[in-house]
Amino acid sequence: MPELLQFLLSGITVGAVYALVALGFTIIYNASDVVNFAQGEFVMLGGMITFFAHAAGLPLPLAALIAIIVTAGIGVALNKLAIEPARGAPVVSLIIITIGASIFIRGATQLVFDKQIHRFPAFSGDQPILIGGATILPQSLWVIAGALAVFVCLWLFFTRTLIGRAVLATANNRVAAQLVGINTNYVMTLSFAMSAAIGALAGVLVTPITLTSYDVGLALALKGFAAAMLGGMGNPKGALVGGLLLGILEAMTAGYISSQYKDAAAFVVILAVLFAMPQGLFGRKSTDRV
Amino acid sequence: MLTVEGLRSRYGRIEVLHGIDLDVASGEIVTVVGANGAGKTTLLKCLSGIQPVSSGSIVFRGEALTTVPAHARVRRGLAQSPEGRQIFTNLTVEENLRLGAYLFADDKVERDMQDAFAMFPILKEKKNLAAGGLSGGQQQMLAIARALMARPSCLLLDEPSMGLAPILVAQIFDVVKSLKALDVTVLLVEQNAFGALSVADRGYVMETGRITMAGPAAALIADERIRAAYLGI
Repeated sequence: MPELLQFLLSGITVGAVYALVALGFTIIYNASDVVNFAQGEFVMLGGMITFFAHAAGLPLPLAALIAIIVTAGIGVALNKLAIEPARGAPVVSLIIITIGASIFIRGATQLVFDKQIHRFPAFSGDQPILIGGATILPQSLWVIAGALAVFVCLWLFFTRTLIGRAVLATANNRVAAQLVGINTNYVMTLSFAMSAAIGALAGVLVTPITLTSYDVGLALALKGFAAAMLGGMGNPKGALVGGLLLGILEAMTAGYISSQYKDAAAFVVILAVLFAMPQGLFGRKSTDRV
Repeated sequence: MLTVEGLRSRYGRIEVLHGIDLDVASGEIVTVVGANGAGKTTLLKCLSGIQPVSSGSIVFRGEALTTVPAHARVRRGLAQSPEGRQIFTNLTVEENLRLGAYLFADDKVERDMQDAFAMFPILKEKKNLAAGGLSGGQQQMLAIARALMARPSCLLLDEPSMGLAPILVAQIFDVVKSLKALDVTVLLVEQNAFGALSVADRGYVMETGRITMAGPAAALIADERIRAAYLGI
């Protein structure tokens, strides 16, 4: 029994990371129908910038804050320099642009920083906490709390604020959004800034556990994307549940079958779910009239 | 209030507006009638800023609009109810209306919403449904109500009667007429020339990107050529 609990706890920790990446996908997807494959690079930048700012002598909270702000700025630059000039291009082209941007960011990070693996200290020490025979790192609690906090904020943002609904309206019908007075360029800029900031926050939270280097982004982006698809693209609740489910699935497979099969088992379940529910678990049905 | 001079616009290399001159005085209902493909919708798109203008000028309340982006024109009091189904299909009816008043965050928004529901009771019944599930006529009403939520001083109405059952057409034209009492100036673009000219003060006739006739609505409705070409009388 403690074994099951242990697998569950590590699954939830990994799942919270996937959920944070998936939540980052949600905003840009909601604003533009674009799946931003550079999302994983935002996570990497969050960790890398924090490490180097901390190594330069800044206190950790300040280093983390700088990393989040700088990454948000890079998100805005990505929108202004790569996405906005291609406005009017099909969504698939925009998605390919984000893949290109992710390769570019990875390369630039190697040049600006280095190719080493880095870690900075955990926020509340490394002494594991004992829960019913299983253990969990204090940093894992930070990750889980971070995912929950981001989820609650995003959920409130999209359902309770006018600007949140303006983001949804922009994705649904850009022309109509302009006709009601929404500055759609501003909405896009805001979405990229928020997505990048959430990604960077994820990087700050997980680096003490998973370590970081210039190339950790791609794997995270794929897992986060899978989590978002599983939960239903564009829905914060889907991102959270999809991320946690994916993490738990992986941990259970690794624990009870073999860690070599953890990715395979997770993707088989995702495929099965998507066969039955193509919109994902919480995806909204399209209600367009034709 | 709104003055358009020498307005030209093109889709790619094909020019569809060949120099439009038109003016709308404050408090007027002015209509632009013409056949399908005459360029009426393009004209309105130029006015609201979602279609590029290649030359000519648009002056609204003394200010040149040509370089003002679309979202900023709404702030200046020029709102458009677009043709067809340009509503937010994934959002509810109520959310659509709230977004119509995107520029405002005061108590009047709620009163305006009640006014909109009073004008179109069916929207109140369906306020919590996704707008994409409304019928064509209801979507048209929603588009008009949403444009009014922006508190426009001048409302651009694009084909409000298109595709509607005759009883709804009459209802929509009654609404247009009632806007006068609300101090809203209206520029109405319509294929239904008879309906539009009956509620308008003045009218323009548009053919293949040019204004070919202009005058008081009553005179146009009585004109032999118009009766033959557009009214089927």
